[in-house]
Amino acid sequence: MEKRVWFRAGVLPWLLLAPQLAVVAVFFLWPAGQALIQSLQQQDAFGTTVSWVGLDNFVMLWNEPTYLESFRTTLVFSLLVTSLGLGLGLLLAFFADRVTRGITFYRTLLLLPYAVAPVLSGVLWAFMFSSSIGVVAWGLRHIGLEWNHLLNASHAMALVVMAAVWKQISYNFLFFVAGLQAIPASLLEAAAIDGASPWRRFRTIQFPLLSPTTFFLFVINMVYAFFDTFAVIDATTQGGPGKATSTLVYQVYFDGFRGMDFGSSAAQSVILMAMVMVLTVIQFRFIEKKVQY
Amino acid sequence: MAMVERRPWLDALGHAVLLLGIAIVVFPVYVAFIASTHAPQDVMQAPMPLWPGDHLLESYRAALQGAGRTNSNASVTSMLGISLAMTLIITIGKISVSLLSAFAVVFFRFPLRQWCFWTIFITLMLPVEVRIGPTYQVVSDLGMVNSLGGLALPLIASATATFLFRQFFLTVPDELVEAARIDGAGPMRFFRDILLPLSGPNIAALFVIQFIYGWNQYLWPLIVATSENMYPIMVGLKQMIGSSEAPVDWNVIMATAMLAMLPPVLVVVLMQKWFVKGLVDSEK
Repeated sequence: MEKRVWFRAGVLPWLLLAPQLAVVAVFFLWPAGQALIQSLQQQDAFGTTVSWVGLDNFVMLWNEPTYLESFRTTLVFSLLVTSLGLGLGLLLAFFADRVTRGITFYRTLLLLPYAVAPVLSGVLWAFMFSSSIGVVAWGLRHIGLEWNHLLNASHAMALVVMAAVWKQISYNFLFFVAGLQAIPASLLEAAAIDGASPWRRFRTIQFPLLSPTTFFLFVINMVYAFFDTFAVIDATTQGGPGKATSTLVYQVYFDGFRGMDFGSSAAQSVILMAMVMVLTVIQFRFIEKKVQY
Repeated sequence: MAMVERRPWLDALGHAVLLLGIAIVVFPVYVAFIASTHAPQDVMQAPMPLWPGDHLLESYRAALQGAGRTNSNASVTSMLGISLAMTLIITIGKISVSLLSAFAVVFFRFPLRQWCFWTIFITLMLPVEVRIGPTYQVVSDLGMVNSLGGLALPLIASATATFLFRQFFLTVPDELVEAARIDGAGPMRFFRDILLPLSGPNIAALFVIQFIYGWNQYLWPLIVATSENMYPIMVGLKQMIGSSEAPVDWNVIMATAMLAMLPPVLVVVLMQKWFVKGLVDSEK
């Protein structure tokens, strides 16, 4: 879509664009370029000499078991967060779409986690599950489960997944509700008159018609789990125990700012950037498709 | 649906599921609040009480004064101030630069117009998490480490907001532009007197979304704020907890956590309509 009437150009549009372009150039393009260059370089420990090493940093990453392991961890973590988050969001949205009384009350409270910072989400969940003082951990001990996410890798993964899903519930809920409300009521009424049960209507009408929303949320949740969960992990397990919950983004931070291995950190950044680009392209392909509906 | 069928059991199940969902959603925040109303030794003792205690004022006073036994005694008041300043710079900055750029790409024809648009689009693909190392180096080269500018400026570009305003500007009728031109109004006059007032709802919606985004930032400030007096509340809170096993006053920490979540929660609850609009629109 384009406008038919324009203002005369000249230098004005450039002045208008200047602030945003300046920020993009200085804080996005320059660092991205630096990351590309550094990923092909190796610095000595004191940062005095720099040499070109070609793709060595990437090859090293490829041969490093901990990095490959963190790929696997990220994938497991993201799939768990996405499937649980979508499941819960859809369940709540389905019933919120059905009930009429109290809907404002339900919706307001379900929006709460969106406002809570990821790092706070981590702090709250770690507090409830703390093996010494956590109230939930205490309850679990009473039914025979010794909870300790600082020692037990599966407990640690379960905790970061719970904290990350909790944070994302509001978002999934809102989009599923919007998706359900966009389905024409007449379709469902006709099916109901024909005697289709609510479950059957959900299976054969609502769920298939929700597929654009579901796919959109799948991509958004994967992106969220991949890139937006650093704070949750830092506040709960700090990637541990060992490397059990160290996702790719956590690993970049750890190698770059704790390990001071800039070449490797830059190579990891380049890999992450490539991954975001692929996910963004998928997302936009999908949006283009949606427009044609 | 209520008109064509009546299924009381299913409605009851619906309420039960929603109430259970809300219980799960609210419980972590409830536990934090309860912890902030008790004396430190009561919270340290498992299981901590699940009913409010009588220590509320003491906890919050200790939190605001930087008293209490924690791993950092920086003043919470000052951290809240840093958070507010950083958030407002990010929010107002994002909205202003995006309004101006969207105005330029929609209402003018000039060479490289599409190129400018795509350059801004790229920022969408490079969240700060994937470029922390190199971005930190740039900020450090510019001497902006440990400053408000360093905290806020790298987060100001916004492809999302630019897109949203662009989409909205495209729906503004051409007649308005023609009328403005016939009346002899220049582009900036048109922007100020017509476009800006029309954009009110979109600005409000983006304000809510970006306020929450800015207030809840963690990774970037963690790297850029190198001294306690520049810590925003999220970094400061994490610092107070520390990573050692040394005992801390959890009531003071949870009081701080409650204070830290109050501004975004208020913004979401009070501006709920704009919030939902902003969230749904900005992803279109």
